[in-house]
Amino acid sequence: MFTILEKQLLAENIYLMKVEAPRVARAALPGQFVIVRADQVGERIPLTIADFDAAAGSVTIVIQTLGVSTRKICTLEAGDQLADFAGPLGRPSEFVHEPVEELRKRRYIFIGGGVGTAPVYPQVKWLKEQGVEVDVIIGAKNKDMLIYTAEMEQVASHLYITTDDGSAGSQGLVTTKLEELIAAGNHYDECVAIGPMIMMKFVALTTKKYNLKTTVSLNALMVDGTGMCGACRVTVAGKTRFTCVEGPEFDAHEVDFDEAMRRQGMYRTQEQRALAIHAEHEAGHQCRIGLDK
Amino acid sequence: MANKIPRVPVREQDPTIRATNFEEVCYGYNLEEAQLEASRCLDCKNPRCVGACPVGLQIPRFIAALHEGNLKQAASIIAEDSSLPSICGRVCPQESQCEGACILGIKGEPVAIGKIERFIGDWKLEHSDEVAADVAPQRGHRVAVVGSGPSGLACASDLAKWGYEVTVFEALHELGGVLVYGIPEFRLPKERIVAREIHEVEKLGVKFEKDVIVGRTVTIDSLLDEEGFDAVFIGSGAGLPRFMGIEGENLNGVVSANEFLTRTNLMHAYDNSFDTPIYVGKRVVVVGGGNVAMDAVRTAKRLGAESVIVYRRSEKELPARVEEVHHAKEEGIEFRMLTNPIAVLGNEQGWVTGIRCVEMELGEPDESGRRSPVVKADSEFEMACDVVIMALGTSPNPLIASTTEGLETNRRGCITASEEGQTTREGVFAGGDAVTGAATVILAMGAGRKAARAIDQYLSQKA
Repeated sequence: MFTILEKQLLAENIYLMKVEAPRVARAALPGQFVIVRADQVGERIPLTIADFDAAAGSVTIVIQTLGVSTRKICTLEAGDQLADFAGPLGRPSEFVHEPVEELRKRRYIFIGGGVGTAPVYPQVKWLKEQGVEVDVIIGAKNKDMLIYTAEMEQVASHLYITTDDGSAGSQGLVTTKLEELIAAGNHYDECVAIGPMIMMKFVALTTKKYNLKTTVSLNALMVDGTGMCGACRVTVAGKTRFTCVEGPEFDAHEVDFDEAMRRQGMYRTQEQRALAIHAEHEAGHQCRIGLDK
Repeated sequence: MANKIPRVPVREQDPTIRATNFEEVCYGYNLEEAQLEASRCLDCKNPRCVGACPVGLQIPRFIAALHEGNLKQAASIIAEDSSLPSICGRVCPQESQCEGACILGIKGEPVAIGKIERFIGDWKLEHSDEVAADVAPQRGHRVAVVGSGPSGLACASDLAKWGYEVTVFEALHELGGVLVYGIPEFRLPKERIVAREIHEVEKLGVKFEKDVIVGRTVTIDSLLDEEGFDAVFIGSGAGLPRFMGIEGENLNGVVSANEFLTRTNLMHAYDNSFDTPIYVGKRVVVVGGGNVAMDAVRTAKRLGAESVIVYRRSEKELPARVEEVHHAKEEGIEFRMLTNPIAVLGNEQGWVTGIRCVEMELGEPDESGRRSPVVKADSEFEMACDVVIMALGTSPNPLIASTTEGLETNRRGCITASEEGQTTREGVFAGGDAVTGAATVILAMGAGRKAARAIDQYLSQKA
């Protein structure tokens, strides 16, 4: 069992949890994820690591309530325990293996969309600690849905905020801001984008025009997360790859996003049904003719 | 004459009923049946069955003890060589091992060694307080075992009995490896059998730690250098599921047998009280002919789908246990032999609608000695289905090899190890599917035991 040390509501339906997991904290590197299970009957949910502190033995995750399982995790409070917290999984970001002198010659642009802003943070923080220049664009629906802006301010060389409705930062999409920055004469050597699949797809299309090397972190469906089931397979450069052991980060210009988005919807009918039943139960309704079975 | 008695039939759940539930298919013998069957054993001077058992169980000895009504002794005789008789009695391919070697099988039916072993194993689980295992005094050496599947459990229990301090690291949230994520409940009950048999291993003093992925959470080197283990056994099992590389394989509705079985077994998708989703559809095609294919197709049937096996060779070449094929047929599984898929078909939304196959015929024998299938000309045809399950075996998981310097793998990616389990790194041993590629529970247990002996020798010299 893994104790939740701290819980915060970051935005509507988005929670931060700091979890006591010394082994994971000691081994974690930017770009990796964990598998979390709320209780003994819960699903194994893959979540990208938002921060880690080896000395304190804690790992931070940021989670948005989408289905029954993510809701279940988010009903837990500080002091409660998660049944399982396994990781760190996946390969760390490529840059952690590169010589620092090389990294310092480069200028990075990171793009975080929605809840995907959280896993961008440890990567920017890590690069900042190595003395690498990193600009960051954060995109969200509106002002209230922005997360991690204060933290990012501390580690980014320049921070740009965009919202769909213009209630904070500039109005528009992250790709609009990216093109503006490039048009204004900013030169970037590498782009890293983490967020909704659709955002990553359009970032990839945009950066392709500029021949800007781009990495995305795929949040595929997973069951075990250790390379056993193949649920997380994606097509990259025409080849089938397993996100859990070969990813989660891939070259954005090689990923088949349309297939990845379709595959994410594989269990949507079941998930929505489960969510509807869950909502009925929460509202105190007990089906007497077995429709909830 | 003892061998005049016909083999005692075993009671089973009615096929039409069991095809709709996840209860165990085979009820096993009761005491009377087990003793009657035991009376058929000729107690050969040179028992061929013992040599044919990968862990060398003293078969005639425990059968004799049972025949005399001494169950405690029978259980102790098995415990000398195996900690998992209830599991092995259920899942070993006895027809090609102990029972395949039984003299009685030449003219008639061999002794039902597997069913007898199962009976004694189950008796022991019910009377575990009465049968205490001998555990040697502590020797002051610590051994880490990677993986709580059959090879890890076998290795850990031998070492614990010999006085080593053993910790088993498991990546998943349940103990048992393939015994819990792979083999279905109807063949191997999880709580009643697997969990209790593992508890017996725990009683030998073995410690278990779950949610630890060796190669990620810790490494082989950190276990040896930082956590103070004196030796490591790698029993991490098989790995990434294989796919065919045909068109349409990433359509929604194509899953590996590992995913389908993990969802149902480890994640209890068949049980409404669990949150796991599963997609079964109306008609399921399972590609493959091994035990995993049989497990997947019978699981799909139980979840309500019309279920078909598609296999490219003929029935004679099916690698699955004879009993599984027999059970599958009884349950109404359709078998399409000499058939090979060449494409998965889908609709505009990207969901599976069918599978395109060709018919095959058997040609010359290949390197495995089996006649290799060749495509029949102009035999292409299509079959409608909603789900395609690929049960084509696995290729090794790269996690441990890629994070352990000096640990060599062969050209297939399996960890290189000697017959005794010694790898190319000092103090690091390996066995089971991680070394051989996908095989059986009992072969993995055999490899775990051999490695335990090698670790004992290594640490005795080191001390």
